[in-house]
Amino acid sequence: MSDLTTNPAAQAARASEYDAQFGDYFALLKPRVMTLVVFTAFVGLLAAPVPVHPFIGFCAILFIAVGGGASGALNMWWDADIDAVMKRTAKRPIPSGRVQPGEALAIGLALSGFSCVFLALATNALAGGLLAFTIFFYVVVYTMWLKRSTPQNIVIGGAAGAFPPMIGWAAATGSVSVEAVLMFCLTFMWTPPHFWALALFMRSDYDDAKVPMLTVTHGRRSTRKHILVYTILLAALAIGTGFTSVGGPIYLAVALVLNVLFLKGAWDIFRRDETMSEADNFKTEKSFFKLSLLYLFAHFGAILVEAGLARFGIDLLGAF
Amino acid sequence: MGIAHEHELHQRRRGRNIGVGLTLAAFIAIVFGLTIVKIGSGDFGAANAPEQGQVQNGN
Repeated sequence: MSDLTTNPAAQAARASEYDAQFGDYFALLKPRVMTLVVFTAFVGLLAAPVPVHPFIGFCAILFIAVGGGASGALNMWWDADIDAVMKRTAKRPIPSGRVQPGEALAIGLALSGFSCVFLALATNALAGGLLAFTIFFYVVVYTMWLKRSTPQNIVIGGAAGAFPPMIGWAAATGSVSVEAVLMFCLTFMWTPPHFWALALFMRSDYDDAKVPMLTVTHGRRSTRKHILVYTILLAALAIGTGFTSVGGPIYLAVALVLNVLFLKGAWDIFRRDETMSEADNFKTEKSFFKLSLLYLFAHFGAILVEAGLARFGIDLLGAF
Repeated sequence: MGIAHEHELHQRRRGRNIGVGLTLAAFIAIVFGLTIVKIGSGDFGAANAPEQGQVQNGN
């Protein structure tokens, strides 16, 4: 825990200077991460073969988003000390002194309980239970345990970010099937190369914070190898998903193009050394990171399109 | 007696208070909407089933 929580004088000084605004509390919920949660949960909900009342669907997505936000607030409460050290996170509400750690804890706990109970009431107990498990996994397993103890933190912790489409699917169907597991696996396998690319070009952040990222524990050469290996596995999974019931011709076309680009990016990262990367200010690594964002949104977008076509009975292959 | 002078604290916290107010209003709207949809879609039908059975037996 941080000395933000153990230094009352510093807290009091900050509190007297600034009154937290609503936007500061909202920032605790990690809105940018929430967009990923909302979108993938939305796809899981609509890709499911059981139609959902639009208002129930809206509420389900809202409660999943609130649950994701609550886990973000609890993450910021616990990680305030390392957030204060890292440039990328130093402006977050707690390290910048805009919100007190106790407030973040209270908001996180309250919204966690609210979101799980209301998701269960609006849809079913399985969806509510999965959301509760996701929050537990992200906060306790990833944030409190793995993040500071193992370089595999991102690999195992990535499961927390992969649950939303499965929760969306469960909210619609009341069960978890192979399609939901495939969507889970897609995000799960995507997470390590995404974060390791970030760790390569935010080079001093994790060192300074003493977070055992792969770049710190195994070196940057090893991280480049890991990115390539995980990207190959991810490409096989992503293209293979195209031949299941959530895939189709549009998904396959999108997956083929993006996976070729992603593999090329991973190969380029693998071939480079630190001298080359520093010479162009990590241009390739940054491009790969940006592409990874498009990669996930495009894959889930394609699943959504395929679900829409199936819902309206349009068979593109049958048209030829 | 009403508050004659608005304290500076109220001005600083206006945005936060408006945000909390809107959040509470949205919460009420969501609970109301869920209730209407759940009743309309017959999600509470199972709870009514024994009563219908009792009526039939009574006849």
